[in-house]
Amino acid sequence: MRFWDGYKGSSFLELIQLEHPGLQPDLRQWYASLGSTVPTAHGTTCIGLRFADGAMMAADRLATMGYQVASREIEKVYATDMYSLMAIAGAAGPAIEMARLLGIQFEHHEKIEGEALELEGKANTLANLIKQNLPAAMQGLAVVPLFAGFDRRRRLGRVWKYEITGGRYEEQEFESVGSGSIFARESLKKSYRTQASRDAALRMAVEALTDASDEDRATGGVDLHRGIYPRVKTCTASGIEEVGDDEIAQVYQSVIESRRRPAAD
Amino acid sequence: MSFPFYVNPEQMTQDKAEFARKGIARGKSIVTLEYSEGICMVAENPLKLHKLGEVYDRVGFAGVGKFSEFDRLRKMGVQWADVEGYRFSRDDVRGKALANLYSQIVGEEFTRSMKPFEVEIVVAEVGDPELLGHEDNALYRVGFDGTIQDTEHFCVIGGSVENLQSHMESNFSEGLPLGEAVALGRAALQRAENGSADLPPESLEVCVLDRGRPGRKFRRLSTDEVRGNLGT
Repeated sequence: MRFWDGYKGSSFLELIQLEHPGLQPDLRQWYASLGSTVPTAHGTTCIGLRFADGAMMAADRLATMGYQVASREIEKVYATDMYSLMAIAGAAGPAIEMARLLGIQFEHHEKIEGEALELEGKANTLANLIKQNLPAAMQGLAVVPLFAGFDRRRRLGRVWKYEITGGRYEEQEFESVGSGSIFARESLKKSYRTQASRDAALRMAVEALTDASDEDRATGGVDLHRGIYPRVKTCTASGIEEVGDDEIAQVYQSVIESRRRPAAD
Repeated sequence: MSFPFYVNPEQMTQDKAEFARKGIARGKSIVTLEYSEGICMVAENPLKLHKLGEVYDRVGFAGVGKFSEFDRLRKMGVQWADVEGYRFSRDDVRGKALANLYSQIVGEEFTRSMKPFEVEIVVAEVGDPELLGHEDNALYRVGFDGTIQDTEHFCVIGGSVENLQSHMESNFSEGLPLGEAVALGRAALQRAENGSADLPPESLEVCVLDRGRPGRKFRRLSTDEVRGNLGT
């Protein structure tokens, strides 16, 4: 390691690019030779929404590879630090790597500068990562995440969506990405209330995921015999909390109950 | 053709060491010690420019001497640790490896460059009782010439450490609660030749590596927390 002439910035991504190029594949070449025919795992439906205390993110646990199941228990909602969440849809491999890099980037900046990035700065960092992934996205390995967090200066939850070019759009209410997102969004459009309580927000999220898995074959619902439930995380002034499976199971039961057909006479 | 003047290497090493010692003695000392829940670092530092810092999950840094030099070393440590953790896994980032890296860098600068670093460093690693082979705390001290020492229970760096060292030796005991550890650190710092006899909480920089925290164990205590711990 060089002492005075080494990299002095606060960006982990630049540090890797400049001083450890071997840790990063040459993305352009790599993806160009991959082509779009190689089957890769894809994540499906994620939801991000604002509620009274902050932001909530929810996702099913299924990853698909073409018409097959790639994983029943994939993790799609990542805590990138104490006050931000990233949910991934699209090509699972690059997306999970992106979430990992993003987490390291936030931590690295905080340690080097002694102060964490602002939430807006975190959202922009992710936009840059997605922009860099554009050549891969053109080959079919698109990463379309949602980003949400608690803005500690403004004391509110915020949610962003992205497009493959790195375009970044802040949402005032809710957003959904992935194959079942049309149905989840339609569901949220009807159920969404601003300044909802945590419990009400949880109900909206579980209902939207249930609707998505009902209409979209690639979205995993609740897997009762394996006991796999969607993942829901909240981000508020007190940090990130994961909603327990028991609570999700209860909410799910009540959603199902409200839709049960009356028994035939 | 001109020849450089001959310089006796022994003389040169002595001169450099004396120069570095003088530089370090101008600054304030830092005490690092074990307490019941981990490792506690106490520095006399009323400024916002920190002398204590987080390196990785279980690894902390303390530096005395010339700020630009030890802060660059701290940042290099963070860079090294984050790359290592990215390349391998979070548990692969160890304090011993970092202390060795510092020893190499500082030692090389001492031998090769005209002006040695005027720094002394502590690399502290808190143990994790859940991880086999990682259970014990470790405190490594790296001197201005690259000498590396593995110390038990506590470690003092800075200019006039003899008084502090003897105070720690006669008063330290294992399993101190945090409040008593901070008070002991403060009492030791007050014995420094260039320190003040009554250090208020505002002039103390206190950080802990708290074993009980999930993930990143490092935490900086606010002045109010320091005051609470000292009971003043």
